[in-house]
Amino acid sequence: MQIRLKVNGEAMNFDVEPRLLLVELIRDHVRLKGTNIGCDTTSCGACTVLIDGHSAKSCTVLALQADGCEIITIEGIGTIEKLHPMQEAFYKHHGLQCGFCTPGMIMAGISLAGELDNPDESEIRLGIEGNLCRCTGYNNIVEAIKSGLSEMKQLSLSATSESQLYPKDADK
Amino acid sequence: MSLDFTDLEVGRGEEKLVGSPYRRLEDPIFITKGATYVGDLEFDDIAHISFVRSPVASANLKNVDVSEALGQPGVIAAFTAKDIEIPAIINWINKVIERPFLAKDKLRFVGEAVAMVIGETKAFAEDACEFVNIDYDLTTPIIDPRQSANNEVSLFEGCTSNIVASIEGGQVAQIGEVRIEAEFVNQRLAPCPMEGRAVVATIDGEMLTVYISNQAPHSAKRSIIRYLSIDEGNLRVITPDVGGGFGSKIGTYPEEILVPYIARKLNRTCRWVETRSESMVSLGHGRGQIAKVTLGGDRDGKIRSYCLSVIQDCGAYPEIGANMPALTRWMTSGCYDIDSVDFNSISVLTNTNPTVAYRGAGRPEAAYAIERAVDMFATEIGMDKAEVRFKNFIDPKNFPYQTKVGSTYDCGNYEESLRRVLKLANYDELLVDKENRIKDKSDLLLGIGISSYVEITHGFPAKEFGSVELISGGKLSVKVGTLSHGQGHRSAISMIVRDVTGVDPCNIDFYQGDTELIESGVGTFGSRSMQSGGVACKRAADMLVTKAMEFLSNHLDVDLDKVEFSWHEGGQFSVGSMCLSWSDLYRLAKNEGKVLKASENYESSSPTFPFGAHLAVVEVDVETGKVHLRDMFAIDDAGNILNPLLAKGQIHGGLAQGISQALYEEFIYDQDGNPLTATFADYGFPTAAEFPQFRDELMQTPTSVNELGVKGIGESGTIGATPAVVNAVMDALSVYGISHIDMPLSPEKVFSAIKIAKRSK
Repeated sequence: MQIRLKVNGEAMNFDVEPRLLLVELIRDHVRLKGTNIGCDTTSCGACTVLIDGHSAKSCTVLALQADGCEIITIEGIGTIEKLHPMQEAFYKHHGLQCGFCTPGMIMAGISLAGELDNPDESEIRLGIEGNLCRCTGYNNIVEAIKSGLSEMKQLSLSATSESQLYPKDADK
Repeated sequence: MSLDFTDLEVGRGEEKLVGSPYRRLEDPIFITKGATYVGDLEFDDIAHISFVRSPVASANLKNVDVSEALGQPGVIAAFTAKDIEIPAIINWINKVIERPFLAKDKLRFVGEAVAMVIGETKAFAEDACEFVNIDYDLTTPIIDPRQSANNEVSLFEGCTSNIVASIEGGQVAQIGEVRIEAEFVNQRLAPCPMEGRAVVATIDGEMLTVYISNQAPHSAKRSIIRYLSIDEGNLRVITPDVGGGFGSKIGTYPEEILVPYIARKLNRTCRWVETRSESMVSLGHGRGQIAKVTLGGDRDGKIRSYCLSVIQDCGAYPEIGANMPALTRWMTSGCYDIDSVDFNSISVLTNTNPTVAYRGAGRPEAAYAIERAVDMFATEIGMDKAEVRFKNFIDPKNFPYQTKVGSTYDCGNYEESLRRVLKLANYDELLVDKENRIKDKSDLLLGIGISSYVEITHGFPAKEFGSVELISGGKLSVKVGTLSHGQGHRSAISMIVRDVTGVDPCNIDFYQGDTELIESGVGTFGSRSMQSGGVACKRAADMLVTKAMEFLSNHLDVDLDKVEFSWHEGGQFSVGSMCLSWSDLYRLAKNEGKVLKASENYESSSPTFPFGAHLAVVEVDVETGKVHLRDMFAIDDAGNILNPLLAKGQIHGGLAQGISQALYEEFIYDQDGNPLTATFADYGFPTAAEFPQFRDELMQTPTSVNELGVKGIGESGTIGATPAVVNAVMDALSVYGISHIDMPLSPEKVFSAIKIAKRSK
């Protein structure tokens, strides 16, 4: 079946099997490997991406359902030269170890910008409840997201649309 | 916002990097594109392997039929035990026990690999697995390790019992006015690295290259050589980024050897990336230990005798788990100076997934047993739980200290770590709060739990490889035989090498996890890496500086003592008024056809014994049985700290896993051996919402075992946290006279215990 969607700002067409999951489309067809698969019960959130600005577990969405949507993955938010504030915060606060949950965790963190205003620690913890990490004990992830969200707010960035997601001067 | 290393708060200019919170060099790629795991590697014409696994715990296997599967779309091949021409794995403990690569004649646990299907896509392979028919006759499984020990029928023909290993002992005389006896269960846990096992095998003529998610690539290479009878020169093992291991990826599993076997058989690149569901039932489990403790002491608080008696559940095949009691034994008496100490154990087979090392590996079990027992003793004699510990700690003046079971603790100051954690937590105020709640008949009881732990790291001091080579542009190439799977070794080791050579970590190329590039290696487990690979790289860097100075003295024909080196300003060699950089040295050496390189196979003389004190504060809702961990305080001492950012990261992760064992996690089999917690939807994997922000501080008592003064920090958090949390819950429940509940302390268990206690009052 034919679908058309935007991935990290680029329009793409695919002919997909109805059962193909969005995460498989991203990994195997778009060939972006930052989005990971960590479970088979939609529990872990390693596959979290933004669909039209909202975080979603891409293993729980059929590629077909993403027809007409705008998908943002970890590869679409910043570069090594120009990090997204949430990436910068994970880097600064040592918010990652093995890195497997990290792309999903960063996307989940960014999506909180559209959901919560000035969240406190426990709101952030509840906000990322769908994303599992085995290495960090979440301590530094919570610190990172708190600081990333406050930086995003200062720069008036949100997760709700592509144009508002990036820092104005960022290279895509 | 840019990733410019000049904006780092530390690490520039003329300061040493070691000891500073230098940001990780691994991160820029990880946070922008993601790391590269085995499942991310792309190959042309790759075939996908899917395993069919045993649906039952115990059966005689009559037939496995793959003919229907072979007829399914996209199926390349399918194999059963009779197609596998490699001999079964002879067990390392008992040579009578053989583990076939695919189940043959018998099914011994749910999840044991029975057949494999190879498909053009993963989906084709998985679909076709549904068409593999397994014919078997059920037999009675043995699930409870206590029963297994006395069972007349063994899991293996030729074995007279299910006991596969034992440690004699336990004849300790019971001394003291008070005797505490208790049984503590360390439940089975699933390690759950976020990345499961994954293997790719590619063939190029005679050459086989295996990419594997593993903690010890050189030993994976040895395993593959052994079973595939391949020449050492024709096999390269590469570990790309590894998404966690926690001990479960130390060994090489039968499935991981079958992947290169099949690739050679089909002469085609093959990949296996396990699903979470298969990982839960067949990636080695942790813990699974039942302990009986007997503690004797006097009413003045002095502990006089202690005996620990252990039953270790090995699962269906004895793997590393069978040896966990040996590690538990080392740490039997914990931080305490006790006159009479003894230990005994048996390791038994059950029809369950084999147990392996899991973060802490035998030491959490030891710490849990003694820390729980000491709390019970304190309760019995009516003494404060901190005070009883202070009365029994090994005197800081008595290090190195030899324990009654023969471990030699290198250094320690247990009093200081406990004093610090009590201060950090405001212990006296907590005690008042706790008493007030009892007086007010509050439904939210407060519990304070202390745990003082000591553990052993680098328990089996084996040689580790490190090398440093001067390369083009004055950069360095550093190679090490350890294998970071999340710990940040590239950062830590680059910091060590930089402080010797002056070369900025950004100009250090770091290599690990490639048997072609790194001539030997042991790997990363048991919190060994910095005190083995880290020291090896430090020594190699020192030697490189010496070699460079010697080269310069020869080159310029001046006495060696006229050549000076300073690590400042990127590393400067000076001879009189002449000043040369590493880049200059590289050019001069190259012109003479020389390579400046140093390598070291460093063998540490002995293990190290990190220690610390943890304090948990819980609120127990007596109406619902729910335990809320309000605060977690931790003081941990791993000697000199190379990078506090990384060290604390290790502690946080460890604390989370330790807390989670106390409160949430348990891998459960029913009485027929069916796993009841085989997915992330069923298993108590903790989320961010289950934890408070940890309040931890580092204490530094350098060891003299190695020149860096470092001990391991990878497992400490896990070891101290579990008893602290359970002690806290029992402290809260002491008003009901409840002395122990086995982990995990779920609301159901806590609620039931309160109900029973109320009824019997």
